Amino acid sequence: MAFRALFAKKTLTRVSAFAPVSASLDRCLGSSLRQGRAFTVASLPDLAYDYGALEPVISGEIMRLHHQKHHQSYVTNYNNALEQLDAAIAKGDASAVVRLQSAIKFNGGGHINHTIFWQNLKPVNEGGGESPHSSLGWAIDADFGSLEALMQKINAEGAALQGSGWVWLALDETSKKLSVETTANQDPLVTKGATLIPLLGIDVWEHAYYLQYQNVRPEYLKNIWKVMNWKYASQVYEKATA
Amino acid sequence: MQHQATSYGAFRMSTPSPPISTFLGAWRKKRSGIKTETGGIRLPRHAAIVAQLELKPLPYSLDCLEPHMTRQTLEWHWGGHHRAHVVRLNSLIAGTDLDGKGLEDILLATYNKGNPLPAFVHAAQVWNHDFFWQSIKPNGGGQPSGKLMELIERDFGSFDKMLEDFKQAAVTQFGSGWAWLAYKANKLDVGNAVNPRPSEKDNRLVVLKSPNAINPLIWNYAPLLAVDVWEHAYYLDYELLHLQNRRADFVSVFVEKLVSWEVVSHRLQIAMEQAVETGREEMREDDDEEVPRSETVEMYLDSESDDSETE
Repeated sequence: MAFRALFAKKTLTRVSAFAPVSASLDRCLGSSLRQGRAFTVASLPDLAYDYGALEPVISGEIMRLHHQKHHQSYVTNYNNALEQLDAAIAKGDASAVVRLQSAIKFNGGGHINHTIFWQNLKPVNEGGGESPHSSLGWAIDADFGSLEALMQKINAEGAALQGSGWVWLALDETSKKLSVETTANQDPLVTKGATLIPLLGIDVWEHAYYLQYQNVRPEYLKNIWKVMNWKYASQVYEKATA
Repeated sequence: MQHQATSYGAFRMSTPSPPISTFLGAWRKKRSGIKTETGGIRLPRHAAIVAQLELKPLPYSLDCLEPHMTRQTLEWHWGGHHRAHVVRLNSLIAGTDLDGKGLEDILLATYNKGNPLPAFVHAAQVWNHDFFWQSIKPNGGGQPSGKLMELIERDFGSFDKMLEDFKQAAVTQFGSGWAWLAYKANKLDVGNAVNPRPSEKDNRLVVLKSPNAINPLIWNYAPLLAVDVWEHAYYLDYELLHLQNRRADFVSVFVEKLVSWEVVSHRLQIAMEQAVETGREEMREDDDEEVPRSETVEMYLDSESDDSETE
């Protein structure tokens, strides 16, 4: 079984840690690699907007650092860990395989989460902040009472999260129910439930807001709704509930 | 507080510099109160003063640690984060039975044996930050000496190895947390299991890391040195220098330029004395217990069953 790393794209895909093996890739890479094993390296996805396009909600400086340094380092370290994992598997070194899991979870999770996050945000003049309509809008009303109630719940849970982590609007694939979840550090949403699909995620690590909001995380959470890309969330929702 | 725009596009809080005078004491006396039916204490209306934690002044002024830790960072870190924890802790313990207790007692009580109560994170962060500010000083760094150096070389091989372990712990603490140098007394604390030959040599220096607000007091270690690796500790000063590994560079500067090894030595001395004292106490307790234990042995001898092990 070959491992495949997440190949980051801007398109709407349900992000999962292991994509199915692609036959064409096998044909291309095939026997020239050691023991026929290969993996695709992860790469930093581009933003769909300029760094400064989300101001004044999130400063251009934060966006630049967040994307070019933090997300990039997750990608780099994830690729390093995968390479080491590959070598460990080839050698049959079980303790190395196990030892690498925390680095993979942390850096891979960071890559997954931030890839979703950049798509969750949109400049105001491109539709950022516009409320969700149709099926997602109705589902929110059904499961939370109103959009305001949902936002308040997310803000409360995001503000209460100790240390570093993420707050999510999640869809349960099997029950089709929406819920608000939090994950610690860079744990992706699936660590809270294998059937959970992320519709929206808000990064509440300090690096996401510190330069602009200091330690006033609630202010950051209050403001980020102005650039929230509900269209993306709706698309993911509709695809999953089709 | 005034807000001024800075080049970051953020707002800078200007708080007045704290007095550099000696530590004022964290407690004011609590006035006696009236017991209510539910067992609480209601203070008489004239008692405006209640026992409250205060934000301890820094042992140095806000720009004395530059350029390693800037005034801006201290204003936000001490004046913002640390202060907020003090305020929040006070509001959570006011009127409860924790009100008036020492900070360490509050910390251990709210840790609640692994099921922390809401006040824990604030109590622990107040303790951690007090400890952190006292661990550093202007023109710090250099090398430890005396007993501390002796134990470092004994338990790590060399000073550089200890620093390497310390830095490794700091950068591998994923997310928020702390890295520590601590003194660990080797005590078996399980039922009646006893270290059969306790000696001073069992007590060791260890490097460890902890997430978020956790600190090693809950594991009964004696912390000697701590570095804050929450992003807020280094973000302003190291993020914008376009360094690849901000946290590692911060921790390097921390040990090379800021750490007060005198304070760490002093803490070690207290910890070692404490360990000896605790050891003596336990031996005294064991002596007291010997008489009842022999009575229990007699019961086994009287029974019908074959209890050859008790002999």
